Amino acid sequence: MSTDTTPAQARARLSQALTSRPRRGTALITVLFVIVGFVAAVQFAAPDDVLDRASRTDLIQILNSLDTRSDQLSEEISRLEATRSELLAGADSSEAAQAEAEARLETLGILAGTVAAEGPGVELAISDPAGAVDGSTMLSVVQELRDAGAEAIQIDGNQRSVRVVASSAFVDVPSGGVSVAGIALSPPYSVLAIGDPGTLAPALRIPGGAVSALEGAGATVSVRDDAIVVVDALQETSPPSYASPAEPETAESDRG
Amino acid sequence: MIPVLGLVVGILLGVVLDVTVPAAFEPYLPIALIASLDALLGAGRATLEGVFDDRVFVVSFLSNVLLATLIVFVGNQLGVGAQLTTAVIVVLGIRIFTNAAAMRRLLLGA
Repeated sequence: MSTDTTPAQARARLSQALTSRPRRGTALITVLFVIVGFVAAVQFAAPDDVLDRASRTDLIQILNSLDTRSDQLSEEISRLEATRSELLAGADSSEAAQAEAEARLETLGILAGTVAAEGPGVELAISDPAGAVDGSTMLSVVQELRDAGAEAIQIDGNQRSVRVVASSAFVDVPSGGVSVAGIALSPPYSVLAIGDPGTLAPALRIPGGAVSALEGAGATVSVRDDAIVVVDALQETSPPSYASPAEPETAESDRG
Repeated sequence: MIPVLGLVVGILLGVVLDVTVPAAFEPYLPIALIASLDALLGAGRATLEGVFDDRVFVVSFLSNVLLATLIVFVGNQLGVGAQLTTAVIVVLGIRIFTNAAAMRRLLLGA
């Protein structure tokens, strides 16, 4: 350290250095300065990554924690996938159950007479001007149709229609005609039955069968078996007051 | 004056060109930069003392940078790069402070 330099001298030297004419070697020094400035700017602009300055121990620790985190996330992925497939399977089975229940509802609705039905079948036109057809004759016609596999039956008479179901009763009306399920019908009757026409029509026509019984009573009968039959009379159902479903085991064995 | 302008030009180039440091040089660039900073401050002090010499400056600059880089390189090869980097930076830092203090005393007398 030179103590013999005064601040004034130092400032004079500085200004002289800054204003002096280029000497030999100034070019080289300038090149070095350019390089220093360039490197400094590049280094300052470089992205400052924390990992660059972390020690080896820190890096290992970071790596370990990342591994642990990755393991946890993998576990979570497999857990969530398992849940997802469970839920999908559950949705499938509940969909199937719903479809089955809907099919069952349709079947039971047709059987119970609460929904309209249409399909191939036979149409039995009974003209009975004398009113000789009684309840038992009509019941025998229905029984004949049921034996032959009719799935839905409806009786029309005098612009009134009755769906014939399991609980339908056939009662003679004293003034003439038949009361079916509490609805008085009068001739001419028309019996509609959905089922296999090729089975229903011959069953009605067999000797000693329904048609011959009706004709024996004095009625004129014609059977059409080439039409699409629409059974649209509906039967009200009320919940059973006394009957309730039996124990599951019994019901199971009954159904089987 | 011209070298100072060169410094400014270099900084502008570095900012404008958006150069990415090659991975191989990455550990050595900061050390080289500190070493050159030390050389620059040494040159400033020599200027104020009236003993500045072009040749001495260029040689001391290059040897400073090369030596610092070499030490860190050897340290990296031996597995003690981080420690040697710290050592070099401490030494250069002390020199920078010493030169800066000398320049302050020369210019301000305090």
